[in-house]
Amino acid sequence: MSVTTAALRTPEAASRSRVKGLLEDERWLAAALLFPTMLLLGLFIAYPFVKGVMLSLTSARVGEPGDWVGLANFAKIWDDPIFRRAVWNTFWYTGVTTVFKLALGLWLAVLLNRHFRGKAFVRAFILLPFIIPTVLSTFAWKWMFDPTFSVLNWTFYKLGLITGRINWLGDPDLAMVSVMVVNIWRGVPFYAISLLAGLQTISPELHEAAAIDGARPWQRFWHVTWPLLLPVTMVVVLFSVIQTFADFQLVYVLTGGGPANATHLFATYAYQIAIGTGLLSEGAAISLAMFPVLFLVVVVQLLYIRRVETR
Amino acid sequence: MIEGAAWRKWVYFYIPLTIFVFLLLFPFYWMIVTTVRPDGELYRPWNAPNYTPFWTANPTLEHIQYLLEETLFSTWMLNTMIIALASTAISLVCGVFAGYALARLNFPFAGSLGTGIFITYLVPQTLLFIPLSDIVRNFRLGDTPWALILTYPTFLIPFCTWLMMGYFKAIPKELEECARIDGASRFKAMVYIILPIAVPGILSAGIFAFTLSWNEFIYALVFLSSPEQKTVPVGVTSELIRGDVFFWGPLMAGALLGSIPVALVYSFFVEHYVAGLTGSVKG
Amino acid sequence: MAQVVIRSLNKRFDEVHAVKDVNLEIRDKEFMVFVGPSGCGKTTTLRMIAGLESITSGQILIGDRVVNDLPPMDRDIAMVFQNYALYPHMSVYDNMAFGLKMRKFDREEIRRRVQEAADILGIRDYLHRKPRQLSGGQRQRVALGRAIVRHPQVFLFDEPLSNLDAKLRVQMRVELKKLHERLGTTAVYVTHDQVEAMTLGDRVVVMRDGVVQQVGEPLELYNNPVNRFVAGFLGSPAMNFAPVRVVAANGGGLRIENDGLRLLVPPDQAGRVGRYAGRELTFGIRPEDLRIATDSDPPDLTFEAIVEVVERLGSETLLDIRVGSSAMVAAVEPSAPARVRDRLRLAVNPERMHFFDPETERTV
Repeated sequence: MSVTTAALRTPEAASRSRVKGLLEDERWLAAALLFPTMLLLGLFIAYPFVKGVMLSLTSARVGEPGDWVGLANFAKIWDDPIFRRAVWNTFWYTGVTTVFKLALGLWLAVLLNRHFRGKAFVRAFILLPFIIPTVLSTFAWKWMFDPTFSVLNWTFYKLGLITGRINWLGDPDLAMVSVMVVNIWRGVPFYAISLLAGLQTISPELHEAAAIDGARPWQRFWHVTWPLLLPVTMVVVLFSVIQTFADFQLVYVLTGGGPANATHLFATYAYQIAIGTGLLSEGAAISLAMFPVLFLVVVVQLLYIRRVETR
Repeated sequence: MIEGAAWRKWVYFYIPLTIFVFLLLFPFYWMIVTTVRPDGELYRPWNAPNYTPFWTANPTLEHIQYLLEETLFSTWMLNTMIIALASTAISLVCGVFAGYALARLNFPFAGSLGTGIFITYLVPQTLLFIPLSDIVRNFRLGDTPWALILTYPTFLIPFCTWLMMGYFKAIPKELEECARIDGASRFKAMVYIILPIAVPGILSAGIFAFTLSWNEFIYALVFLSSPEQKTVPVGVTSELIRGDVFFWGPLMAGALLGSIPVALVYSFFVEHYVAGLTGSVKG
Repeated sequence: MAQVVIRSLNKRFDEVHAVKDVNLEIRDKEFMVFVGPSGCGKTTTLRMIAGLESITSGQILIGDRVVNDLPPMDRDIAMVFQNYALYPHMSVYDNMAFGLKMRKFDREEIRRRVQEAADILGIRDYLHRKPRQLSGGQRQRVALGRAIVRHPQVFLFDEPLSNLDAKLRVQMRVELKKLHERLGTTAVYVTHDQVEAMTLGDRVVVMRDGVVQQVGEPLELYNNPVNRFVAGFLGSPAMNFAPVRVVAANGGGLRIENDGLRLLVPPDQAGRVGRYAGRELTFGIRPEDLRIATDSDPPDLTFEAIVEVVERLGSETLLDIRVGSSAMVAAVEPSAPARVRDRLRLAVNPERMHFFDPETERTV
């Protein structure tokens, strides 16, 4: 490209080629490629986060900005027995379902890691609970839990396990159990398929070698499979813990937080306060109260990934 | 690896697997049965002598008919489709670009930007929906599809970026170096060489993003208010229930029909979906 | 067609000084080979010529343009990569046409050039195939074809033959040589294989640790290496080295000796070696400059050795021998009657003895 041809070009062409030149520079190209992502994430993640924090420090309601009240909202929810119950519920819900999802998911993954006819078919079908919109499948459960028309009651009655009717979602304790069952039902396929992918990376020769060394099936699982699967398991569990901890849809559809506010989680209670009663600021404070735990999980995850990568 | 007699195989393998499959799929069967069950049979208590839970002698399409003719269900389907497609498209473009930059280019703060995007990947929607509803209102996006088309990418882009980074890193660097020597600019090398090779990854990210958008609930619930703007999950939840009365027939019909698009997409691209799913949890 | 000039070229990665002050003129139409062990900076230098790596300091000129700040696409070069870097989603034809399309050649001209290159390389039958349907040798040809259709000013080769099996590598080496003779395009070729360097290069650059050791025609480097590194790197099996002491010989002149050797320094070398009289020196002799001694050989040009391994290659026989405390290799005639544990007398070729300073490693 000689100087004369450059001089003959129109100004637009010159500026176009200057843009081209900039895009040949890695730094400018990276900036251009990252711009849309940064814009959207900044506008709809970073900004709302800051705004949420600000909101939680005011007395804002729907349609009125409110005044600065400092930490009054946090003090208020600290003393709120329903909030305390929601906090307890969230931890309990997350803990119990995670244990069951991991155990059942691992079991299912081990079953699926064998060769059998129709394996691809079975694998495709068992993922359905995970891919079908949660709200829609949860309605099927709600219908199954219906005290009067429940197929579950009928089944258990016929099996001789119960004698009278069970009000699955009407009793505070049973309602929590019911919500957990649905969460486990929906989560097991995710665990199973993710762990199956991890299992498939473990070379069968390791098992054969362990078998030759005299290890029994349980010992082989415990000494060979489990340690090798641990990195994948960690990541799957951390992802799932975050999702479960911040869960909303199941409780919203099944119980709406009831009966008598017995099944509220952080998210459903925040929704009820902010959208239901219009107390935006207090709702924001409730959902922000999730943040420390989520933050901790994310930090653990980042540290773990870094450790695995540097190993 | 189960040694020994055939009964062991049954006890340790076939029976547990069958139970798993049965329990995981039963609610869908229940959805289907309810959809075609006439109201008279539907509202028969479980302890009634003629309660027939697992089949119906008089299948009917009345619930589906009601759903399509008396409710806005088809509008919701269309809304959901448009929103899911648009937000998936936006997320794919952003995610592919960002993933490429993070996987391939050297620039200051690349590491911390990557970590930042990873963190947003882990931010649940329920953390931010309250301030976001305020922002959406302030931007005058409330009760329009744009409220969702622009906010869904916040949880789709990080996922797409993460997945695409993995794909791009697996493509030999020499390919684009060769293209650049052959006369392509960095951008053209990406578009003509790297993107075509990454098509399976893009497809996985797209399928996964589409199902996630279709599935999204709380933003749609909070940002949309008019019945004719709603998406399927929200419409079914709010419009097929009058007070405490659940219209179970149409509700199940709505759940069934509302699941069909994702189920179809999923059935065509199972492998891509699974690749996206397992890719999403790989560090 | 163009020359490539490199002036005081430096490349630093964070802590590593990968290329140190390289000065070089690659002449028009020349086939220049960069050779050295891995990590010596040869590939980095090539990548800086290509524009794939930024230049820390110094200048690179292609033709008479300084190309330091030109992106690769504007340098008018073509490169063949070690893994060929064929675009997997394009047919062979499209792979070869890609560079021309990017440069907006018209369709007919692209077709003509691709056909021409395909004929030269004998890949006309594969034009519609995808790279994964090709064998290693065919892929190699496509990669070459993609470079030659462009008629660039300079060809750059980054270890293009190292992914081929031994037999194919020899065959492709010959074809590359023919191709260069036919096209006459300036070529820069990076390899770690000294045989490729010797056979292909019009001139060879030997690099180590980012520094150019020696530049010259292959035989010049082979016969007159400037230091012990170049001497040891070129030639297979490698040159033998032994630490020796320089002493005055009885009948005048100089001798080198250690626990197994006692050899007369040829008179024409005595002047330079003389400066080391009474001191240590490294003696070098190539395996092919040793042979089994006969009675007519003067005794002060022979030494006794114990055979440890005999490798009969057919065209020659390699003897792994022990001389005092040093291990050496001798390449002798195929039918040499040597057996393991034999004691043999070997004669050195007095014209091909090398001497190196033990500290600086430079040729004396």
